[in-house]
Amino acid sequence: MSSKLVMKSMIGFYIFLFFLYLFGPLLVMSVTAFNTPNYPTALPFEGFTLGWFPKLWNDRQMMDGLWNSFIIGFGVVAISVPVGLAAAIIMGQIYHRARSLFYLVTISPVLTPGVIIGISTVIFWKDVLSVTDVTKAVFYKGIVLSIFGQSSFVAAYCLLIIMARLQRFDRAQEEAALDLGASYPQVFWHILLPFLKPALISASVIAFLSSFENYNTTTFAILADKTLVTVLAGQVRQGTTPALSALAVIIIGISLAGAIIYEVMKRREEAMAEKAKERAKMAERGEVGMAVGA
Amino acid sequence: MSSRLFVFILPVVVIAIFWAMARRESKLAHDPTHKSFFERNGTSLGIVFILLVAFWALFLVTLPYLYMVVESFHPKLPPAQRGGPTDVLTIAQYKSFFVNPIDNEVNGTHIYAFVFSILASVAVTALNFAICYPIAYYMAQAGTAQKVRLLMLGLIVPYWVNEILRAFALRLLLASKGLINQMLMGIGLTETPIDFLGNNTGLYVGLSYAYLLVMVFPLYNAIESLDKNQIEAARDLGAPWWKIHRDVVMPYAKPGIASGCTMVFMLSAGSLAAPQFLGGPSTLWFTSIVYDFFFQSFNWPRGAAYAFILLAACIAFVMLMLRLFKVSLGETIR
Repeated sequence: MSSKLVMKSMIGFYIFLFFLYLFGPLLVMSVTAFNTPNYPTALPFEGFTLGWFPKLWNDRQMMDGLWNSFIIGFGVVAISVPVGLAAAIIMGQIYHRARSLFYLVTISPVLTPGVIIGISTVIFWKDVLSVTDVTKAVFYKGIVLSIFGQSSFVAAYCLLIIMARLQRFDRAQEEAALDLGASYPQVFWHILLPFLKPALISASVIAFLSSFENYNTTTFAILADKTLVTVLAGQVRQGTTPALSALAVIIIGISLAGAIIYEVMKRREEAMAEKAKERAKMAERGEVGMAVGA
Repeated sequence: MSSRLFVFILPVVVIAIFWAMARRESKLAHDPTHKSFFERNGTSLGIVFILLVAFWALFLVTLPYLYMVVESFHPKLPPAQRGGPTDVLTIAQYKSFFVNPIDNEVNGTHIYAFVFSILASVAVTALNFAICYPIAYYMAQAGTAQKVRLLMLGLIVPYWVNEILRAFALRLLLASKGLINQMLMGIGLTETPIDFLGNNTGLYVGLSYAYLLVMVFPLYNAIESLDKNQIEAARDLGAPWWKIHRDVVMPYAKPGIASGCTMVFMLSAGSLAAPQFLGGPSTLWFTSIVYDFFFQSFNWPRGAAYAFILLAACIAFVMLMLRLFKVSLGETIR
C-alpha cells in the first residue's frame, strides 16, 4: 500500500517538474514585464511598473508587423480552408492509382522544414511573377508570398482535420437526400457542409494561429516587409527592453482567458448533458409508472 | 531557361499519364452505376474543387520544390545574365558543400555544422521522448477525464506564446546574467557565471522546450486507445513495470512514437529561432548557414543546394526511422 503511495507521489512530483519546465520560463518572463530596469531581468525586483505596456503601442514597427500578421493570417485562412476541403473531397474520389501520389504531394509540406518552404516559395514566385512588369509590381510582395508559402503547409493541416471528420460521414444521409430528389450540389451545401462545420471551424482557428506564429517560412517569404514575429525576432537578436515581456504577458493573458472560457463551457456542456440524461431517465420511469397505474 | 521550363512540364506529364490510365481502366471495366467526378459534385463545384486543389498542389507545393532543386543546379549570376549562355547546369553548388571553392580545401565548417545539426536533433528527439513518455502515459491511462483535460490545457496554453518569445524567455533564464546564474552564484555554487548559451545547453533546452507538445500529442493519441485490460493482464501475470512498457505499451504505441519522433526531428533539424537566439556565438547551425546565403551573400543557388541537402538528409533519416519501426508513412501522419 505504501509503495503505491510512493509511486503516486513520484508521479505527482514528475508532473510538477514537467509543468515547472513548461511554465517556469514564461513566469520569469512575465515578472520582467513589471520590473523597472531598462533591460529585462526578474531579479533584483527594483520596483513595480506598468510602464512597459504603453511602449508597445508606440512601437510603430511592431504595430505595422501586427497589422501585416493579421492580413496574412486571414489570407491564409481564406486559401487554406477551402483548399483543404476540396482536397479532402477529391481524396475520396480520385483515381485509385493516383491516390497515394496525391496523398504524398499534399502531405509533404507538413514534413518539409519551414525554411525550405520559404526558400522555394521565394525562388519560384520571383521568376514566375517577373514574367511581366505588372504582375511583379502587383504581386511580388512579402505579404502575398507569405500567404502562398504558409498556405502550402497550413492547407495540409486543414486537409488532415477535415479528412478525419469526413471519414465519419454517414453515406446513408447522402443517399437518402438523393433519393428524395436532391441534386449533388444540394447535398454538398445542405448536408455535407453542415456536417463538416465543426471541422471547418477548428481548421480555420488552427490555420490562423499557425500563420500568426510562423517564423521559419515567413522570415524568407516576407521579403522587405515585416510581420509581428519577424519584428520580435529582430528585437530579440539586438537585445531588447522589457516591452517584449509585456507583449508576452498580453499573449499569455489572452491564452489563459481563452483556456478558462473553454473549460467553463465544456463543464457547462457536461452538466447539461448529465441533466438531460437524468431527465430522460425520470421520464422513462414516469412513463413506466403511468403504464402500471393504467 | 529550358531546364527551368522542364519543371513546368513534368507535373503535366504525370497528370496526363494518370488521366490516360484512368480513362483506359474505366473503358475496360464498364460500370453503368459509376458516376464521373463532375456528375458526383456538379459541374461548377467540381471545377472549383479542381482549380483550388490544382493551384495548391502545383503552384504552392510541387512547382516551388522542383524549381528550387533546379535552381540549385545553376551558377550564381547577376539578374541580367540569368537565362543567358553562362546560365548552364552545374553541380558546383553541391561541390561547394564538400570542397570550399575559395581555397579548394575540404569544407570542414559546413560539413561539421551539418553533422552537428543532425546529431543534436537526434539527441533532442531522444530527450523529448524520455521527457514526454511518462506524461503521455499518465494522461492516456491513469488520469481521470477532468484531470486529463486540465493537463491538456496546461500543455497547450504555453504554445500559444510564439516560438520567438519562448526562446526569449529561456534566454532570460540562461543568459550569463540570467536568473539561473544569479541563483547559482547567490548560493555560492559557482564564482563566475556559467556560459549556458556558449556551451550549447541553451540550444538543447530551447529545441526541447519548443517541441515538447509535438511529442506529447502523438504519444498520447497512440497510448490512449490501448485497452487497459492488456496492462492489467500483464501486471497480473507478474510483469514488472518496465517490462509492461517495453513489451506491451511501446509496441502498441509504435505509430505514435514514430510520428512524434519524426516530427520533433524534422522540426529541430529545420529550426531557425532556437539556434539563432539560444546558440552560442560559435555555434553554426545548418539552417543558419542557409539563412546567411540568402540574406548576407545573396547566393540563392548555393542556399538552395544546401537546403536540398538538408531536405534529402531529413527524408533519408525519416525513411530509416520508419523502416526501423516498421510503420508506414500514412500511419505516421494523422
